[in-house]
Amino acid sequence: MKILVCISNVPDTTTKITFTNNNTQFNTAGVQFIVNPYDEIALSKAIELCEGGKGTVTVINIGESQNDPTIRKALAIGADDAVRINAAPRDAYFVAYQIAEYAKTTEFDMILCGRESIDYNGSQVAAMVGEFLDIPSISIIKKLEYDGSTALIDREIEGGKEVISVTGKFVASCAEGTAEAKIPNMRGIMSARTKPLVVIEAKDIQAVVTIQQFDTPPPRGMVKLIPAEDPSKLIDLLHQEAKVI
Amino acid sequence: MSVLVYVEQVDGKFKKSVYEAVSYAKAIADQQNSNLTAISIGNVADAELKNLGTYGASKVLSVTNNQLKDFVNQAYASVIAEAAKKEGAEVIVLSNSFSGKGLAPRVAVKLEAGLVDGAVELPKLEGGKFLVKKTAFSGKAFAITELTSATKIIALNPNAFGSKESVTAVIIETFSPTVKSTDLSALVKEIIRATNKISLPDAELVVSAGRGLKGPENWGMIEELAALLGAATACSKPVSDANWRPHSEHVGQTGIAISPNLYIAIGISGAIQHLAGVSSSKVIVVINKDPEAPFFKVADYGIVGDAFEVVPKLIEALKAHKG
Ligand SMILES: Cc1cc2nc3c(=O)[nH]c(=O)nc-3n(C[C@H](O)[C@H](O)[C@H](O)COP(=O)(O)OP(=O)(O)OC[C@H]3O[C@@H](n4cnc5c(N)ncnc54)[C@H](O)[C@@H]3O)c2cc1C
Ligand SMILES: Nc1ncnc2c1ncn2[C@@H]1O[C@H](COP(=O)(O)O)[C@@H](O)[C@H]1O
Repeated sequence: MKILVCISNVPDTTTKITFTNNNTQFNTAGVQFIVNPYDEIALSKAIELCEGGKGTVTVINIGESQNDPTIRKALAIGADDAVRINAAPRDAYFVAYQIAEYAKTTEFDMILCGRESIDYNGSQVAAMVGEFLDIPSISIIKKLEYDGSTALIDREIEGGKEVISVTGKFVASCAEGTAEAKIPNMRGIMSARTKPLVVIEAKDIQAVVTIQQFDTPPPRGMVKLIPAEDPSKLIDLLHQEAKVI
Repeated sequence: MSVLVYVEQVDGKFKKSVYEAVSYAKAIADQQNSNLTAISIGNVADAELKNLGTYGASKVLSVTNNQLKDFVNQAYASVIAEAAKKEGAEVIVLSNSFSGKGLAPRVAVKLEAGLVDGAVELPKLEGGKFLVKKTAFSGKAFAITELTSATKIIALNPNAFGSKESVTAVIIETFSPTVKSTDLSALVKEIIRATNKISLPDAELVVSAGRGLKGPENWGMIEELAALLGAATACSKPVSDANWRPHSEHVGQTGIAISPNLYIAIGISGAIQHLAGVSSSKVIVVINKDPEAPFFKVADYGIVGDAFEVVPKLIEALKAHKG
């Protein structure tokens, strides 16, 4: 079995988000980058499925060389090898196209992504890869069982779940619950340095979405404190002042 | 030229978020002096389809093909793309729901269309540019994105635009696209849905609790408060990690990002990752026994106190308020 896991390189979750150049660029100064947390779940699931010599896991990233430490982290967690398609991601369409083009050149049983990247929150790449390859894509999954040919998948829906079965190749985007995130151990960290990381040049394709500018939410006013003895005042305020109940 | 809106049905009914998407799509159609067509897939009665006219749809394409009764994104995407071509749709709108997230990107690839997900405002048409504001960095920021493709797809965040009536005479047309068998290779085995619960992503009011509640056995009062308000329940990450509550309730940077009208946080400290997913709520209430809890800095209303004393009193006060 061979599993491709798509990983994106995102700012650490504690990052204070600021912008430069007249709010047109994300300010990366002093920002620590990590493997997108959902992709860690996808990767952990892939490793779990391949454990005991049942298969190999390849991580793939579309990005430039500054992403290599993040890719090495994924290798340390337990991926067998890595591919980096050398290009600054333009938009989800561009990224998905590169992943699909790479997938066409290699054997694989499934492609796992994260439910979304925590920077631009697109939730787009996985389903786009599925469409480019004309294979099923299941978005936002919570559980995945695989017997070597058929996958049984729980997909999140509003207020519940849907159980889906897919035979043959597919793409899925993983949310929490799919797997317990694995933490790299010392051996993993040591071996990550020597695992193969192949760099491939990107194919040219026009971007269809560009970010023009960023904006931060307006700050809130001061909190109004209500005495703990008298929560009925809160109800009055929510009803009469805030008009939300 | 027209605007097409996909109207997602659940058991033959449309949810509030669908009427929001229709209202939003109608506003775009008005911007462009064009008409709004809705596409419905699955078994929906004409009476329900007619409701789409109330929010501005002048035509409904209804696909009732039995092969398409369950949502299979691959097949639904083909149908929507075909409808878009048939209608000459320049803009396609859908809800940024769980199903929408699996569907919109596939339609985008089929039509070589740019897709903006998590839109929070109407597009702005400036100097020939088509600009849409969306959430980014899990609610820590917004991004103004430009769609440069001929066809444009927008997935609208729930509770961002509201529904606006615009009563229009509506024609219902049966649409029978051909379905490729390869589009149906994923099989829906089972659908499990709690029908009595308000779903978190669409909820207008949310009551959320964190580790301050000490254990899952103490959620009774949270559920009671939520039920009285007609609110959905949510929780912080450690709470779902410990299996006190299901993962589907986890909000924040690595959970669901929500923007209800009211978010009540009880026994949650307000870590940056938690705030990321909830800070765009319109009104925030924080109940925490620690006056230094960071959550108070972003709250509109706060009560410094022990949740085990405050929440029961709040429940009593709410019962009294409701009479
Ligand atoms: C990569 C990463 C991603 C993360 N993503 C998320 C995310 O998406 N969502 C999320 O929520 N967290 C996330 N976290 C975790 C986050 O950093 C915090 O640890 C978490 O939000 C804390 O949850 P809490 O507020 O429930 O618990 P705590 O921080 O333990 O806070 C409990 C609060 O309850 C109060 N309290 C205690 N007893 C009472 C009482 N009797 N009455 C009233 N108040 C009381 C305390 O004063 C305290 O403020 C993430 C962390 C990391 C590293
Ligand atoms: N630059 C990238 N390289 C590889 N995979 C990516 C990249 N960007 C996004 N992905 C994958 O696509 C998923 C969804 O990303 P997005 O559509 O950007 O929210 C992520 O969780 C990753 O698995």
